[in-house]
Amino acid sequence: MRIALIATCLGDALFPEVARATTLLLERLGHEVVFPPDQVCCGQMHVNTGYLAEAVPVVRHHVEVFEAADFDVAVAPSGSCVGSVRHQQAMVARRVGDTLLARRATALAGRTYELSELLVDVLDVTDVGAYYPHRVTYHPTCHSLRMLRVGDKPLKLLRQVQGIDLVELPGAQECCGFGGTFSIKNADTSSAMLADKVRNVVGTGADRCTAGDASCLMNIGGGLSRQDTGVRTIHLAEILASARESVAA
Amino acid sequence: MSTFLGIPRRASHEDEESPLRGTLPFPKAARKALANDQLRRNLAHATAVIRTKRALVVDEMPDWEALRDTGSAVKTQVMANLPELLEQFEANVIAHGGVVHWAADAEEANRIVTDLVRAQDVDEVIKVKSMATQEIGLNEYLEERGIAAVETDLAELIVQLGHDKPSHILVPAIHRNRTEVRDIFLAEMADAPADLTDEPRRLAMAARDHLRRKFLRSRVAISGTNFGIADTGTIGVVESEGNGRMCVTLPETLITVMGIEKILPTFTDLEVFLQLLPRSSTGERMNPYTSLWTGVTPGDGPQNFHIVLLDNGRTNALADQVGRAALHCIRCSACLNVCPVYERTGGHAYGSVYPGPIGAVLTPQLTGMHGHHDVNSTLPYASSLCGACYDVCPVKIDIPTLLVELRGRAVDSDRGRTIPGGWDAAMKAASWVMSDPKRFVAAEKALAAGRLVAGRDRKIKHLPYPGSAWTQSKDMPAPPKQTFRQWWQETHHE
Ligand code: SF4
Repeated sequence: MRIALIATCLGDALFPEVARATTLLLERLGHEVVFPPDQVCCGQMHVNTGYLAEAVPVVRHHVEVFEAADFDVAVAPSGSCVGSVRHQQAMVARRVGDTLLARRATALAGRTYELSELLVDVLDVTDVGAYYPHRVTYHPTCHSLRMLRVGDKPLKLLRQVQGIDLVELPGAQECCGFGGTFSIKNADTSSAMLADKVRNVVGTGADRCTAGDASCLMNIGGGLSRQDTGVRTIHLAEILASARESVAA
Repeated sequence: MSTFLGIPRRASHEDEESPLRGTLPFPKAARKALANDQLRRNLAHATAVIRTKRALVVDEMPDWEALRDTGSAVKTQVMANLPELLEQFEANVIAHGGVVHWAADAEEANRIVTDLVRAQDVDEVIKVKSMATQEIGLNEYLEERGIAAVETDLAELIVQLGHDKPSHILVPAIHRNRTEVRDIFLAEMADAPADLTDEPRRLAMAARDHLRRKFLRSRVAISGTNFGIADTGTIGVVESEGNGRMCVTLPETLITVMGIEKILPTFTDLEVFLQLLPRSSTGERMNPYTSLWTGVTPGDGPQNFHIVLLDNGRTNALADQVGRAALHCIRCSACLNVCPVYERTGGHAYGSVYPGPIGAVLTPQLTGMHGHHDVNSTLPYASSLCGACYDVCPVKIDIPTLLVELRGRAVDSDRGRTIPGGWDAAMKAASWVMSDPKRFVAAEKALAAGRLVAGRDRKIKHLPYPGSAWTQSKDMPAPPKQTFRQWWQETHHE
């Protein structure tokens, strides 16, 4: 299949390893990955901060870039960005009366998937041939869980990873406190939420915490790092892309 | 012909203190609550218990989703036909011997109730727990006019005696533990036994003795209502303790204050809502007491029945295509109990009798958002948009989407300011950068300078404002050596 990669703005600039892992994983599974080079952002940050008018050019740009690209399905290694594509882009377009853009966004959203959805639902694979010898706990991010309803797809994929010791995270379904600009506008409340998440992660005894969203991992990882817990965060895509050779190195 | 509800009118109270409007922006008010460890422990414990109970009794329902859909559909229908339904309700209440009053705002409702109480020549009334009367500040209003309003719901009584404000729709004293309750009883309840302990049974018995005396003496009761049924003129209250039932049966006069959105079209609609409400609310399969009353029955129950239909900003919300969904709320408080923000800040931080996720939507709609200096404008941001509230809402109010829409309006209400705020400038710049790949790549180059401020461990421990809010509790990773698109160009030669 010809799969277009949405690297996400955060992934491109700050966490390139996540988009890299997604690319390598899909290529290893025999698919062709294309990266429409003019892509930037899905518009989520503007929408969630209330700058709905400012989101419109960002959304329009996303739609134009991906409409022009040649691919079967698009994938983003981010539940929240896919949530934004699926549930917010058309909404902001409609709000300014641009029904044509809303329709185009909806059509594109119809072939845009989050990574675990793409693997399990579209590509019909749960064993991606990964090897990852760590004790790992999984945090189901809010948007994957509730906007996209990915359910246990990420866990299905993780369970097939060789060498992994998967441990359950208490209070897994609770928000980590990130929420985009919420973490800045309501920093104290956000920090209190993060503190509980960090305590739960550490309590599992895992040495890695994984999730399907680089943004939530940035938040959780920031807390784990500040408290010198020694626990590291790693994106689901990176675990799935790991192989015996890469881990040995 | 339909009832004219009047020009949509918002109880603005922009400058005065009101039960619907706080005085501090949410982040500031939250900081106070977050610093109170006892409060946070009480809240975390109570919300966790009730969350678990709710999940259990909801999961056992095979048709829960269908019930939610029905509840939502009934409410949509109510909002579409509100004037006609209210008129039908009014006619049926009158036909059964009740008296109907219409109140456009809090002041008018308070005045009507006060006049009705005075007409009975009493200086004390008993009350059934009610959000509508809290919303208009009725107790305080009566007190200023020499009438004592005694709350009979146990938790409400604790709040009242403690000269406190409710912190939760359903469990107003959720922020108190039993030792605190004993201390309040000993200090404020004149007839409390001197040797009172903090044993829950002893506390309940003390409250019961205290309240029994009130029930038997009072001639006037004031209630709110969970439902008003249009095709019969019936009013209903559901509760756990039975104190409400005492109030609506023992006194001679009953005055009910009802928000106009509480209408249900037909009596049979109760079958849906009496399943949705208790399970969502207290996590019980059925609430212990359901009291329904229709007008006046000679020789049985109150012989004077008055209902005050309260607008207080509701027609304004109704006129709002997106926002009217907030009027579907049946005040079950499920969204409060699952909200991670509410769990940590409690209800007082929201500054309104309606706290939590639904409060963050309802309060700004009822009283308006008047620019960035208005505390109400901070409420739609009091959420991480995690979506837990939408998942549990028995009438499927899409609270996260409403919050986003209200954020949009908060921002819009500030447009055209001569000096744009920091967020405006940042978001405009970000929009400019994020809608053009060349500008974005240039920004990524600038970001790479962030590597310089990172320590050797590639962690950034202090960011300048507003990033400093981020680094107060967590590290920021240093930007990588290579962006993804650079890697792609290198490896995929495109
Ligand atoms: S918004 Fe929904 S969940 Fe929240 S109190 Fe109202 S009915 Fe209950």
